[in-house]
Amino acid sequence: MSDEHDPQSKYVPTRRDLIKGVIAAGAVSSTGYLFRGSITRAFAAAPGSVERMLTLDVNGQQRRVDVMKQETLAMTLRYKLGLTGTKLGCDRAECGACSVLIDDVPHYSCSVLTHSTRGKKIQTVEGLASPDGTLHPVQQAVVEQQGFQCAFCMSGFLMATVGFLKTNPNPTRQELAHGISGNLCRCQDYDKILTSLMRGAELSREVNNA
Amino acid sequence: MAVFRDVMPAFELFQPTSASDAVTLLAEHGSDAWVMAGGQDSFDWLKDRIKRPKVVVDLSQVSGMSGVRDLDGGVEIGAMTTLTTLVGDPLIRERFPILSEAAGVVASPQIRNQGTIGGNISQDTRCWYYRGGMPCYRAGGNVCYADTPTAINREHAILGADRCVAVSPSDTAPALVALDAKIVIQGPSGERVVDAEDYFIGPGIDITRMHVLKPGELLVAIRIPATWAGTDYYFEKVRDRPVWDFPLVNIAAVKVVNGGTIERIRIVLNGVAAHPWRLAQVENAVTGKPADESTAAMAGEMSIEGAFPLRHNGYKVPLMRNLVKRAIRGVQEA
Repeated sequence: MSDEHDPQSKYVPTRRDLIKGVIAAGAVSSTGYLFRGSITRAFAAAPGSVERMLTLDVNGQQRRVDVMKQETLAMTLRYKLGLTGTKLGCDRAECGACSVLIDDVPHYSCSVLTHSTRGKKIQTVEGLASPDGTLHPVQQAVVEQQGFQCAFCMSGFLMATVGFLKTNPNPTRQELAHGISGNLCRCQDYDKILTSLMRGAELSREVNNA
Repeated sequence: MAVFRDVMPAFELFQPTSASDAVTLLAEHGSDAWVMAGGQDSFDWLKDRIKRPKVVVDLSQVSGMSGVRDLDGGVEIGAMTTLTTLVGDPLIRERFPILSEAAGVVASPQIRNQGTIGGNISQDTRCWYYRGGMPCYRAGGNVCYADTPTAINREHAILGADRCVAVSPSDTAPALVALDAKIVIQGPSGERVVDAEDYFIGPGIDITRMHVLKPGELLVAIRIPATWAGTDYYFEKVRDRPVWDFPLVNIAAVKVVNGGTIERIRIVLNGVAAHPWRLAQVENAVTGKPADESTAAMAGEMSIEGAFPLRHNGYKVPLMRNLVKRAIRGVQEA
């Protein structure tokens, strides 16, 4: 860029600049006829129109992804971003297996449009453990207590619990049961699940107070 | 009808950032447009392919449509305020705890985190014949599948049925009618405000809709006047499971009792008819009477006059009577 300061220098187009220019001119001339006069109308008449490409904040990473208008967050996480820890059980906001945190609050990701999470912080079960592999205290407790049988519902329970503990870090067993009442377990292992998650609450307090 | 069928069919999505932009979009697309607030009712319809709107107007990015603020001793609630917010909001808890309680028993924690007050009172009925895509009266056909000798109609209406026997499933709606709330609606021709009691309509008025919103109109806020702030109240929801279920019957009552005498009262039930069922005659009859067992018994009997149960929902009649009794005299602590 030193030649900018040199009054003697003049602009000599490189081969690359020439090719770019030809492509741009071609694009303009070939699309112009498609829109005729309507291009201004099309843009002016659509407040709130949506672009398919968006950047999602997932587990602290910025993920650029092409999302269909009708796509739910669960679909995007599992099939576009490969985060298959989030499970799809019912796809009807009934079972809770797809629970994720959106801005630290548990939501059913099967029942949220991905486009409505723009600018929000999404956390899935993959984002619970530390980067060094240390498990989240709630995960650690589930391992210790062998809280689940088949564990298909587990990541949903984990996310619901982690979200609930952010609002009530010291719950009674009854309160925690109510807090995770939006999650179902087909193995019907609720008692052991609740015991392990109560232990998770205890370990979380120890970690936070340490 | 929960059949897993991959992603929903395509629709055009708009995410306006202001209520006026949303109204413009709705005016432009008319009956092609579907308004989505929290989406917890919408997704069932869209995923099951029963309703196939060309355009979805998602309100999630609209600013200034959520939150609770003071309004002359009452409150104004943005239509996009989540149910979880209402459960915890200090102003609501102090002035209208009946609404916090009602919002707190809706569905599950995740749904309350996503679902909005505007959506909760505007949701469609849960009649499974209708939701399963049967061409019934409500869907524009000419038969009711829930009112036949072999129909399964345990959750259906005992009052106010007119061809359609579906009921309103909302928990917050009866509380808002009891509190004499006003519904603020924006449309192409400006703003209009209707009483909550008139917002909900039965099949006799329009069999295809549960409320007075016309295509192109948007519910933007709910105003609760100070009339019933801080008064006594009674709310109870009866359902099959202690959590995560729609009501079989629920009751919301606000009352002022002075020296044992009922000075003023409003009693509203839901789950018994296509709209929240206000007991205006019972209210008149018990005003000025002692809040005791005999008044409660009289009110209970009055409330079920004209009830017409179907084959499987006869239990709703004594259930309604007993809930009314409890609302009047309260429940003895064990």
